[in-house]
Amino acid sequence: MPRITMREAISQALWEEMERDPKVFILGEEVGVWGGTYAVTKGFYDHFGEKRVKDTPIAEAAIIGAAIGAAMTGQRPVAELMTINFAFSAMDHIVNEAAKLHYMFAGQFVLPMVIRAVGGGGRQLGATHSQTPDAVFAHFPGLKVVSPGTPEDAKGLLKAAIRSDDPVLFIEHATMYQVRGEVPDGDFVIPIGKSKVQRPGKDVTIVTYSKGLEISLKAAEVLAKEGIEVEIVDLRSLRPLDMEPVIESFKKTNRAVIVEEGWKSYGVGSEVAARIYEQAFDYVDAPVKRVAQKEVPLPYNRTLEQLALPQIADVIQAVKEVL
Amino acid sequence: MEKSVYLEMFYQMVVIRRLEDAAAQLYQQGKIGGFLHLYIGQEAVSTGLISPRKPQDRVITAYRDHGVAINCGLSSNEVMAELLGKATGCTKGKGGSMHMADVKKNFWGGHAIVGAHLPLAAGLALGDQYQGSDGVTICMFGDGATNIGYFHEGVNLSKVWKLPVLWVCENNLYGMGTTVERASAVSEIRQKAEGYGIPNERVDGMDILAVRRASAKALDYVRAGSGPYFLEIITYRFRGHSMGDPERYRQAEEVKCWQEENDPIGFYHKHLVDNGIASADELAALDRKAAQEIAEAVRFAESSPEPAPEALWEHIYTE
Ligand SMILES: Cc1ncc(C[n+]2csc(CCOP(=O)(O)OP(=O)(O)O)c2C)c(N)n1
Ligand SMILES: [Mg+2]
Repeated sequence: MPRITMREAISQALWEEMERDPKVFILGEEVGVWGGTYAVTKGFYDHFGEKRVKDTPIAEAAIIGAAIGAAMTGQRPVAELMTINFAFSAMDHIVNEAAKLHYMFAGQFVLPMVIRAVGGGGRQLGATHSQTPDAVFAHFPGLKVVSPGTPEDAKGLLKAAIRSDDPVLFIEHATMYQVRGEVPDGDFVIPIGKSKVQRPGKDVTIVTYSKGLEISLKAAEVLAKEGIEVEIVDLRSLRPLDMEPVIESFKKTNRAVIVEEGWKSYGVGSEVAARIYEQAFDYVDAPVKRVAQKEVPLPYNRTLEQLALPQIADVIQAVKEVL
Repeated sequence: MEKSVYLEMFYQMVVIRRLEDAAAQLYQQGKIGGFLHLYIGQEAVSTGLISPRKPQDRVITAYRDHGVAINCGLSSNEVMAELLGKATGCTKGKGGSMHMADVKKNFWGGHAIVGAHLPLAAGLALGDQYQGSDGVTICMFGDGATNIGYFHEGVNLSKVWKLPVLWVCENNLYGMGTTVERASAVSEIRQKAEGYGIPNERVDGMDILAVRRASAKALDYVRAGSGPYFLEIITYRFRGHSMGDPERYRQAEEVKCWQEENDPIGFYHKHLVDNGIASADELAALDRKAAQEIAEAVRFAESSPEPAPEALWEHIYTE
């Protein structure tokens, strides 16, 4: 299998879906002539033309609103938000329109659309440009929220998202575009809403996704040298949330650490921990631990920013604490 | 106008140019992180605009804010230190390039969400109106920002409530890689102000004296209680949108043409010399002084302490 980067995987998924289905088109800021600020759509404008690769004004509400409208007519828009921080400028359209229309109008409106958004901190962009608000969006029924941690998942899940008839928010991590991994050749789809064991183990269950997967895998290497075998379950999708592999793993290890980049309060870890207690209380041998971002807006200064973000060492420490 | 005012404006422009050049170098050396949006090419806009302001006039802008900070009276030391994320920076290393401010200098920030600071500007002006101050809020933003809803909400409100705001669109012809024509229904941005019934004017932003004149007139109008005013200032950014911009959207020729034929500093230099306002020697001396000031700012910033780890927990709430 070829080893490609996350960027290439996402780019391939978009390209192949556009080749496959003429209803698919891309809209967003700098997706065309520029080639995407993270170079994901480089070459698309020249190949597919401006009808299908649409540069928009800086107008997030219009980007998402127009995507919703076009989707309702049967198109399959992929709307790109330059970063997820700008999703707040389109919050009404994401929350009050995209997540509601199908239900509120009793199934009459169908929204086969994807919102791609880049999230995450660690690049010294300051408080407004570094957020990981994934859990915020996962709060709303009616919206699917997907966030891959490997190139293979990125490609297969993005294809599933584009083919889905429901609105999907697809969150990419700004510092993971260079992450490499094996990706099968050709067309394949990974169903949305299936968690996956990314590393088998027997001592402690780590539940994570996206950037958290990257740091958890590194922590697992270190722990393995000390004879501690963690099992890593990658959620891949925050809504729908597939707890089955988590619970199965937990029943084996009886201990869990949840790793996410966003803030701890009301976060992914809170949700997963609650479900573990609800669904596997009899198997709990230690309080579930959460590793997350310190509860501060992210500062620009590099040292301070890294202090606030969850680190490999934090994961290692949390695993040892539940053992 | 007194000679000292002419020279002060020249000095501020060359300080900004040299500060930005030094920042670009420090970025390449990895000493500045994040995004770095340079103001090179646009110096005459904020220098001319802010020059006639009164101390009670507030200034608020977007993320392209280093030059604006200098014009508002922040020292190049604290601007440079902020770029390096040091404790001595104007926002103590927390804000960085895009988020500079100094309330004591009536500079209300660098704001990085495009257009989001326009409603804030309306609010600053509302505060002044409420408190009976004759201060004017000068709100700067890019051409691209006039396409987001925030622009329209803020500008409309200012007219409805007759708020003391001077709206200033820095039209540098591009929002990142998108030309005004590809993003805005009208390519004369001032027409948007026309739509809201706000008096407006289009100004050559490479001619600092034209900018200053327009600003002085607009500030008088707003200060008199007549409501908002709108300036569209035509300019050009000589560098990429931010560092690392591949600039595939414009021809190198076009950039070169602006740099060589329309440099605001060169233009002003010629004006000052041709009209006998200052000699080339005097201006060269000012440029040398600016170079020294920036060299000192770099030294200051590099030798300044990092913020203490506890600073992470400061300023989340007031107490
Ligand atoms: C709401 C929002 N959307 C997108 C961005 C990303 N972005 C930052 S600057 C910029 C272009 C702004 O262009 P313009 O207003 O013309 O200002 P200029 O950079 O030319 O000074 C974009 C799209 C952002 N910061 N905020
Ligand atoms: Mg612009």
